[in-house]
Amino acid sequence: MMSSALLAIQSTNPIALTPNELWVINTFFYVIAAVGIVAALKMVTTKNVVHAALYLLVVLTVVAATYIVLGAEFAAATQVMVYIGAVMVLLLFGVMLTRAKIGDDGDLDYDSKWIGGLSAVSMFAVMGYSLWEAFGTDELPADMAVQRTGQVANSIFSQYIVPFEALSMLLLAALIGAVVVARRD
Amino acid sequence: MMLAVEWFWLDWPWWADTVVRLIFAIVVVLLPAGVTVYLYLFKMVSFMQSRLGPMEAGPYGSMQLLAEVGKNLQKEDIFPAKADRRVFALAPYVVLLSTFLLAVVIPFGPQATFINLDTGVFFALAVSSVSVVGVIMAGWASASKYSLLGGLRAAGQLIAYELPLILAVVGVVIQAGTLNLQGIVTAQTEGEIFGFGGLGNPYFFTQFIGFFIFLVAVQAELTQVPFDMPIAESELVSGYMTEYSGFRFLMFFIGEFATANIFAFLGATLFLGGWQVPPFVHDLLGVDANWQYFNLIGPGVMLAKMLLLTFVVYWVRFTFPRFREDQLQKFAWKFLIPLSLLNIAVTGAFKVWL
Repeated sequence: MMSSALLAIQSTNPIALTPNELWVINTFFYVIAAVGIVAALKMVTTKNVVHAALYLLVVLTVVAATYIVLGAEFAAATQVMVYIGAVMVLLLFGVMLTRAKIGDDGDLDYDSKWIGGLSAVSMFAVMGYSLWEAFGTDELPADMAVQRTGQVANSIFSQYIVPFEALSMLLLAALIGAVVVARRD
Repeated sequence: MMLAVEWFWLDWPWWADTVVRLIFAIVVVLLPAGVTVYLYLFKMVSFMQSRLGPMEAGPYGSMQLLAEVGKNLQKEDIFPAKADRRVFALAPYVVLLSTFLLAVVIPFGPQATFINLDTGVFFALAVSSVSVVGVIMAGWASASKYSLLGGLRAAGQLIAYELPLILAVVGVVIQAGTLNLQGIVTAQTEGEIFGFGGLGNPYFFTQFIGFFIFLVAVQAELTQVPFDMPIAESELVSGYMTEYSGFRFLMFFIGEFATANIFAFLGATLFLGGWQVPPFVHDLLGVDANWQYFNLIGPGVMLAKMLLLTFVVYWVRFTFPRFREDQLQKFAWKFLIPLSLLNIAVTGAFKVWL
């Protein structure tokens, strides 16, 4: 048989991970987390706006990788498709149409950056505290299963149907709003 | 049964398993790319244009591709003076990364898969969009107006044609009831056409609109003629690839043609029944659908179907003139996307009421 980590991805039945494989997964998580933190710091400190966009791309990729570590395959694929394939491409597209100098932009500084930093830190504190309060030292069950796409679909269209429809309406409204704003005539 | 188990489910440690899968992935990406470039790009186009094509390197010019690779490897690795060196160097790798990630979900037999992802086709479409980032990086980092214009055109075009590509596949997913590519192959094998199961139900019969949209969108995603505005040679020299030479140009070249093959593999899996032979062959041979030797026959079947679809890609490429930019965008937004939405609605209605 194949190693059970691969089987856990391939089979429909949850398979318990051995401590050795858990160690591999944990190490992998720390590596990608480190990459993500470094990329996030570089993103706000770099002097070139396209470099900043590319570092943001790395951060979003790390988020997708984290979803894979957590077994949320569908969320990871969605992250890649929406954020990397669409949002970041549009952002780069916009940056290149307007200002895309090579080398230092020089004036890439912002007076209210301390307020931004403060709100980021307080956001981190609130999120960290609430996550810690909610889950604390909970551990994932040993038979940690890969989340099936079918399960995701079932929960979206039964338990979470109201928030899902509300979000759809919000996005539709934003879309129509964008068209109205963009139209000149 | 045992033979396949011995061959494909060996009790290897995970790293050996991973290495073997990596080697096979490289074979799956490079070998068909070489075959189609020689067969179609060198020879078929030559015959269409009443000439012989490459004849010197090897018998009938068959070693021409190796000569080209050797030539490109010897060339100087040129960086433009004002280029952003790191981004410039990284861009071809991003394009090639997307190609390899796309290859790993394609099934070639009942057990002959690199990874049998539950999200299958959704994952494939997601990673296929990563190549746009590489193209934009190349266009920007080259510090050349031609490259930048090519990169911008590529971004606009790839975004516009990604939507019909995804929406065309949704019809297949609705009909098969699964995103898993292996599941889609099984659904086509077990399907019946008006109660006749001898051919299975390859989805190009029922999803012919989706198949058409898929082929058009793939042509555009690959920036092949008639959708080659991003590298339009009469206007932009070579678009985002203008400043690249040597090995990095070779990587773009491989990325372009390998991606064509892998999209053809994907199209074969979604619409032509995948690695499976028509079910009446099962009865002739007296075997069931997961016969162990399909692990060996499957790649050959896939290769044949892939060659058929890439033939269409190159046939169109060498037949049609180039679209204008506005025609190209109008075709995507005003024709293909409404058509694919209609296809989804009709497929859904049939799924629910039939």
